[in-house]
Amino acid sequence: MTGLALLIPLALLFGLAGLAAFFWAMRSGQFEDLDGAALRILNDDDDKPAP
Amino acid sequence: MNALADTSEARPVAHSLYSVPGIHCAGCIAKIEKGLAAVPGIVGARVNFGAKRVAIDHFSELDIPQLQAAIGRIGFDAQPILDPQAEAGNSETGSLLKAAGVAGFAAMNIMLLSVSIWSGAEGATRDLFHLISALIAIPAVAYSGQPFFRSAWGALRHGRTNMDVPISIGVLLVCGLSLFESLTGGHHAYFDGAVMLLFFLLVGRALDSMMRDRARDGVTALLKHSPPGAMVVGADGKAAWRDARALAPGMRMIVAAGERLAADGVVEEGESSLDLSLLTGESAPQSRRVGDSVQAGTLNIAAPITVRITAAGAGTTIADIARLMEQASQSRSRYVRIADRAARFYAPAVHTLALLAFVGWMLAGAGWHQALLISAAVLIITCPCALGLAVPAAQIVAAGALMRKGVLIKDGSAIERLSEVDRALFDKTGTLTLGRPEPLNLHGLPPADLPVLLALAQASRHPLSRAICRALEAEALCPIQLDRIEEEAGFGVRAAFEGRKVSLGRPASLAGEALAAEYRIEGPAAFVIRFSDGLRPDARATIERLRALGIASSIISGDRAEAVAPLARALGAEFEAGIRPEAKLDAVRALAAQGARVLVVGDGLNDGPALAAGHASIAPASASDVGQQAADMVFMGDSLAPVATAVLAARRTMRVVRQNFVLAIGYNAVAVPLALLGLVTPLIAALAMSGSSLIVVGNALRLRGAAR
Repeated sequence: MTGLALLIPLALLFGLAGLAAFFWAMRSGQFEDLDGAALRILNDDDDKPAP
Repeated sequence: MNALADTSEARPVAHSLYSVPGIHCAGCIAKIEKGLAAVPGIVGARVNFGAKRVAIDHFSELDIPQLQAAIGRIGFDAQPILDPQAEAGNSETGSLLKAAGVAGFAAMNIMLLSVSIWSGAEGATRDLFHLISALIAIPAVAYSGQPFFRSAWGALRHGRTNMDVPISIGVLLVCGLSLFESLTGGHHAYFDGAVMLLFFLLVGRALDSMMRDRARDGVTALLKHSPPGAMVVGADGKAAWRDARALAPGMRMIVAAGERLAADGVVEEGESSLDLSLLTGESAPQSRRVGDSVQAGTLNIAAPITVRITAAGAGTTIADIARLMEQASQSRSRYVRIADRAARFYAPAVHTLALLAFVGWMLAGAGWHQALLISAAVLIITCPCALGLAVPAAQIVAAGALMRKGVLIKDGSAIERLSEVDRALFDKTGTLTLGRPEPLNLHGLPPADLPVLLALAQASRHPLSRAICRALEAEALCPIQLDRIEEEAGFGVRAAFEGRKVSLGRPASLAGEALAAEYRIEGPAAFVIRFSDGLRPDARATIERLRALGIASSIISGDRAEAVAPLARALGAEFEAGIRPEAKLDAVRALAAQGARVLVVGDGLNDGPALAAGHASIAPASASDVGQQAADMVFMGDSLAPVATAVLAARRTMRVVRQNFVLAIGYNAVAVPLALLGLVTPLIAALAMSGSSLIVVGNALRLRGAAR
């Protein structure tokens, strides 16, 4: 049972990390242009991220 | 990069948005972004492919025509987007998604704990798990529940009730009771049910909002925009670009051929023909001389003119029509959506049931604690999870199916309203017809002359030249090299071909033909090319399909009766001609007063008020901005077939919505007696809720092929 003391906080921590990643993605506009992202990979002469 | 950052600090950087409908591949993205970044004064550009938009960061000395020209040099047509909403519009979807993310996180973790409780955790372990669940659930509900709490509070404050009232009361009551249970070591806590409910409902709402964003982006990309400004001649005789809002009566503006007027005025210099179809719906250009009045939004076709402004902004004819439209759309805003109509009966029923359960168990001798727990179970089991998903799920799937067929739905209630129509009114020019001239007799020319004709036509921006270009380019002809091409205002294009003079221009004798051009090559006699505004493909079939659906169609046009009658005969529909915008509005209102639910299909500015007043309305993608904004739906392409398809799909959608309501009510009929008897444990509540939601969503998915 003492294992729970470690495992429950750990599970919550992982969950929170996922949630934080989702919030970051929302804020930095990762979902703004889903169709465009699929096409940009075809532009192979781009050696650095667009501004 | 550093150098750029330094200069941009020194000079103010502005941010503008341009709609570029021509973006359709990865190459376009790279071309625009690289090409614009290389233009001096532009700091950076970013393409949004889904919305067909370019966001440009540039020094503020670059103005709209310069930036437009910069995009033009790369090979794309661009229109400025001045609507700040287009940029900030996605925030509602964003906040709903965030709320759904938090609710999803909380639901998963609470479920993790709940599973061990259901598997038989006892005593201190169960109490601890309940407490941890409470710690996760209460902040999550406080954050994710806000959209519901706000909407419920808004409805209650105005003495109304909606779907969100029972949701809010249920979630708050259940959370409060479960917290009490957790603190006092009780057996049942319903945190999982409450948070899961919020999660399902938020996903439904986020999907609904995403659908509307997408449709709105699509429509924004199509907007052609009356010009946001004009070249104004200053006191020193120099012309400078002025924003439309800065125009005032008394100023003189220069309008080049191919430009739209930004304000009403009187012609001071020059002579030209103007395309008034935006105002009157009539397709033949009209000539305007010095002293004639001209209106904002009309297109100058032939030659540059100087116009003294008499009215700008809110004083223009366009603005009058816009006001008429606003008044007309008020009847539509009173429409109550089917989900809200259901909620009117549903919410009081749920509250009465919960109250009865409480009173009944109190009378039966159960303690107040147990009675309250049972009434909370009733509330959570009847919470309209399936009911809340029943409408949005069906509408999203149907809207997606229609979007693949080229119909954009702008308004959430549009599908409901469209399914109810029993009468259709069509505009003529641009709606039943293509709204652009098509050459009729090009192949009367010897084939060797066609490349010469194409080369001449390409040198001009006149609508008839462009029509020739479109027709010949569609046949994959290549233009031939011509010498000394010159365009003469008011006449046409002249050039030399192998030493002979060739020309394309106004016919020497206008033999009653409004739309004609004369092609002349030195030697043989001149050849007159005739044009007509062609009927849209499938126009007749569409009218017939509508009739088969029980919808009678008629034509209502601002054009002359002689122009409308042959078309009406060909389509087998009644018609009224020579109708002014206000009269169109009256016609729609008169039909509505007789109890008809009118579908208005139109494109022009003159149709705006009628589109806004119709029970439902559809505009083609080639429509004026005003037409597209007033309509509920916009269809792409030349064919008229999407109109009938949309009506059919809307009826199919509402059938599935009604099935979903029956399913949701059937689920309640089974689950509510169980809850009333006190047999619903948190495990049963969780299973019943997710089960019914999945069934409703599954039924809605059948609509994927609705738009056939």
